[in-house]
Amino acid sequence: MVIRTEGLSFTFGKQQVVKKLSLNVPEGSIYGFLGPNGAGKTTTIKLLLNLLKIQHGSIHIFEQDIQTNRISILSQIGSLIEQPAIYHHLTGKENLINRALLLQVPMNRVDEMLALVQLTNAAGKKAGQYSLGMKQRLGIALALLADPKLLILDEPTNGLDPNGIIEIRELLIKLVKEHNKTVFISSHLLAEVERMATHVGIINYGELLFQGSIAELQALSQPMICIETDNTVDAANLLKRNSFIIIDVTDSYVYLPYTSKQQTADVNALLHNSGHAIFSIGKQQKDLERLFLDITQKA
Amino acid sequence: MKGFILSFRSEFYKSRKTLGFWASIILPLFICTLIFIGFYVKAEKLAGMPPMMLWLQFAGATLGIMGSLLLPMYTIFIAYSVNSIEHKADTWKSIFGLPIARWSVYGAKYLYAAFLIFLCLALFVLFTIGFGNLLSVVKPSLRFDNYHMEKELAQVYFKLFLSSIGILSIQFILSLIWADFLKPMGIGFICTITGVILASKNWEYCYLFPYSHPMEAITTMMHRGEAAANGIQIDVFTKDVWVSLIIGAVIFIAGYFIVLKKSVK
Repeated sequence: MVIRTEGLSFTFGKQQVVKKLSLNVPEGSIYGFLGPNGAGKTTTIKLLLNLLKIQHGSIHIFEQDIQTNRISILSQIGSLIEQPAIYHHLTGKENLINRALLLQVPMNRVDEMLALVQLTNAAGKKAGQYSLGMKQRLGIALALLADPKLLILDEPTNGLDPNGIIEIRELLIKLVKEHNKTVFISSHLLAEVERMATHVGIINYGELLFQGSIAELQALSQPMICIETDNTVDAANLLKRNSFIIIDVTDSYVYLPYTSKQQTADVNALLHNSGHAIFSIGKQQKDLERLFLDITQKA
Repeated sequence: MKGFILSFRSEFYKSRKTLGFWASIILPLFICTLIFIGFYVKAEKLAGMPPMMLWLQFAGATLGIMGSLLLPMYTIFIAYSVNSIEHKADTWKSIFGLPIARWSVYGAKYLYAAFLIFLCLALFVLFTIGFGNLLSVVKPSLRFDNYHMEKELAQVYFKLFLSSIGILSIQFILSLIWADFLKPMGIGFICTITGVILASKNWEYCYLFPYSHPMEAITTMMHRGEAAANGIQIDVFTKDVWVSLIIGAVIFIAGYFIVLKKSVK
């Protein structure tokens, strides 16, 4: 495991922000750390980077305890937390040079990083004049500068346009596949994480509600029968009277749990014989968005 | 140690385009130029003055305001300036997330602030001597070239530098904890006024109050007792300077533990 936390808890004043968190981030994974705003994602990331003192529990990164091996661990991590930390009075390139001086990285890496995040043309412009997307890209360049083994990114696509989001996503996938990096990325957008993550952890109110591979998350999602009909309320009542379980009724659709093909045929026949017009009927996987909402609302 | 040197270099790189850095150069240049112009315009009135008195008048013009206002306020400003770079850019989290020991980051920042004060005061010495000698060239009636007080000037300014260390440590930690300008500036300003009042009223314990130290440094600089052959002898390490250094060191170390305990927001 690249990141392993055990019973990690953190309290701000009287409010417990992180509760007994046990994260397991395997090597070579893109770990999507999902949760609504205020769920405790940034606090967890600050704990991982030793910016906040651990109150309870432990953190091991590269199988070393962060409390006793802070510098050797941090030298293998590139991070971006919330808004990128950028000196506005310096140009984009100077921001990278400053970091390169601190990390003793060869200066040619600076130009490589500028090219990688497509800021070569804006390299001489003051970073204060950058758009939010450009700042975010510069932040990612700063995180990647020292060629770290582990990247910890807190909402890195915030403020990026769709093209920018796709570029960052492809870059992260490439880093993991071709350069064997591990990426820990937090987000409140499931759709974003779903497209690139290999592993997912879902957190809400500081508690880890789910952790596993993306396939395991999808397996949790129960299939349903989705029926499009003219009078959904009457149809639902009829099905209920005939001992079918109803999950949801909307203006156009009725949803019930899928068990077998035969059951779908029975439902169809029952509704048809009772005079309901059926426009469509079929098996539907509960999408992850709904699953994510279910998981986070249950807590 | 390597982390410390890297951090110090980075401090210079970051600040070289800020007012905080340039103020250290512009302030002495501006004030010394003003006094130079004053002496140039009033050359006739000053022509008969003995060279030693000329130098005392010339250097005294800056030293007078240096102790009472300039040095404390400048120290407060520098302490704010080196920390505000990080507050403004929200970069505390990234510099404390780097593989560099926290004491290196903290120590390098503090020492860089001290270096800027040293640079500013060293330039005051340089410009005072330079402009004084320039006056004797452009106005030969002013006999600045007939007397030398480079060593004494350097001693006085070094003493002033040491007397600012106590204020620097206090203001440094205030500016590090608070991101806004008004709190450290306001506290610093009130303390400076208090310090000046205490020192000017010769309160017997004012050597214990750091904000009185620059003014104390000026009042205690002349050696009391047997005069030296040339008439001026400077006492650098007086009681107030030692207190400034001790307070500076204690608060610097205490500040480090505050930083260590402080969670990075």
